[in-house]
Amino acid sequence: MSGPEPAPSRLRPRDVVRVGVTGLRARPARAVLSALGIAVGIAAMVAVVGISASSRAQVDEQLDALGTNLLTVAAGQTIGGEDAALPAGSVDMVARLGPVTAVSAVGEVDASVYRNDEIDATQTNGLAVLAAGTDLLDTVSGVVDNGRWLDDALGAYPAVVLGANAAERMGIDEVDGSVAVWLGGEWFTVAGILDPVPLAPELDSSVLIGWPVAEALLGFDGAPTTIYERSAESQVDAVRAVLPATVNPENPEEVTVSRPSDALAARAATDETLTTLLLALGGVALLVGGIGVANTMVIAVLERRSEIGLRRALGATRAHVRRQFLGESVLLAALGGVGGAVLGGAVTAAFAASRGWPPALPSWVLAGAAGATIVVGALAGAYPAARAARMPPTAALSAV
Amino acid sequence: MNADTLTMTSSPGADAGDASAVVELENVTRVYPGRPPVRALRGVSLRIRRGELIGIVGPSGSGKSTLLNILGTLDRADTGTVRIDGHDVGAMNDRRLSALRAHRIGFVFQQFFLTPGVSALDNVADGLLYTGTPLAGRRRRARATLERVGLGDRTHHRPHELSGGQRQRVAVARALAGAPSLLLADEPTGALDSASGAGVLALLHGLHAGGTTVVVITHDHEVAGSLPRRVDIRDGSIESDRAGRP
Repeated sequence: MSGPEPAPSRLRPRDVVRVGVTGLRARPARAVLSALGIAVGIAAMVAVVGISASSRAQVDEQLDALGTNLLTVAAGQTIGGEDAALPAGSVDMVARLGPVTAVSAVGEVDASVYRNDEIDATQTNGLAVLAAGTDLLDTVSGVVDNGRWLDDALGAYPAVVLGANAAERMGIDEVDGSVAVWLGGEWFTVAGILDPVPLAPELDSSVLIGWPVAEALLGFDGAPTTIYERSAESQVDAVRAVLPATVNPENPEEVTVSRPSDALAARAATDETLTTLLLALGGVALLVGGIGVANTMVIAVLERRSEIGLRRALGATRAHVRRQFLGESVLLAALGGVGGAVLGGAVTAAFAASRGWPPALPSWVLAGAAGATIVVGALAGAYPAARAARMPPTAALSAV
Repeated sequence: MNADTLTMTSSPGADAGDASAVVELENVTRVYPGRPPVRALRGVSLRIRRGELIGIVGPSGSGKSTLLNILGTLDRADTGTVRIDGHDVGAMNDRRLSALRAHRIGFVFQQFFLTPGVSALDNVADGLLYTGTPLAGRRRRARATLERVGLGDRTHHRPHELSGGQRQRVAVARALAGAPSLLLADEPTGALDSASGAGVLALLHGLHAGGTTVVVITHDHEVAGSLPRRVDIRDGSIESDRAGRP
């Protein structure tokens, strides 16, 4: 009647999870606290990546709106180190290039601007006076914050449009024609104030006047200092190659051509160093959380010797006991991982909302967080689980 | 199964693999290393036949707990042969021993060892956890077994909502759920008042009447006296093996 040898013990994978959940639920406060360590680490890493991704998404969105096809041509310097000038006809020559869709220029006027005529001549506030073409604003995607732009009519009169910083430094916010500034020995009425221009930040600390009035009143020679040019996106590189020779056929090497959108993108990229550093800090937090889980599991194994003995008596193999504690450890870490991912996502959303950025959280971050918690849980549980499995069932049962 | 067989003497020379024997120990010794070494069992031979209800009685330190562990395959003999349900335990590895415990041996402990916060039904169902039976099947068997021990109306009570006697009945049901060939009860009444203890003993008698092989380890002579066969153990050896209550 003694039957054949019984079928091997078996613990279904689903039951590994069940047993793990039961084990954690027996001491909920401890489970939550040790999961919190993991949660902090994961939340830090998710938030760091999320915030940096949101910041980049904001730059991308800005570039989308501003376009990346703007090239800036500056006169540069002569071989002798002096400021070079562009020929007066260079704007027209650029406009004649086939792919060019828009072109405008500013020319530096040899004059200074002051809030009024009482101010000492050395207190220029570092503001440049520029003569601007009427199509400048459209070319650089600038926006008038208040007042109006220098159109053909206004450009012939002593009217001035202030860059965002220039207006701030002079303390001017009125554009109703009641405010005038002392510019090159003449009164210029403030007609408008610009928003910051991301693609041409040099305009922010400048005051702009019409090309004709600069020539008529201030002795401006009409030579542009900087040319702004837009072309079809696919032709930007080709245009860039021919621009120096086009604007200054005699000394093309003096000309510097830059692409302001590159500078914006590069600013976003420099944040990556900081992001990496913060990510490493989050990793340290995760490591500490993992040690907390390992500690919890070691204590659990010591406390639950009789449970281990009982399970061995019920037919658990050593492998089953190991799997149970390993599973519990991974579950604990996963609990923290889910909490941390939610927390990190919330922090990202809140931070992005406060800055007016589009919230962005790449899916690889969540996959990475899930993977990291499983690895941390498994590593943290390996030693306690091995200890539990090694425990002889008789010792486990007599330990009460 | 041949129920209620009384075996009057131990059978040291029993044939190996006797089909009517659930337990066959031949000259089993167990020494715990130390200074001096503790000789917990000194050549114990014991044969328990299918369907018996037997008490193993001795004071603490007599070796009865070691004997229980060896009967339950939780510990191994240093010398001698141990056959449980016809299988030579000495030749089996951890996996095969665990399989034997999962399918053929049920344990009842003095301290019950119920999982706190888990219903009586699921505590009993855990008796089948390592057989690989799906949860629904485990619960079905658990419900039937709880009814068999008279707790059909307590399936959803958690251990702290049950009396000591009821908890031990749940523990018995857990041991019984897998229909084991051998039920080992270690001081099953040790943590109970006399009325509850009598109830649990009556339950074991009932199981015996139903054909289950039950081994009760106890230091309580009153408990042992109520059992059909009684083996007294002292200093690691069997002192007497006789019929208890006529």
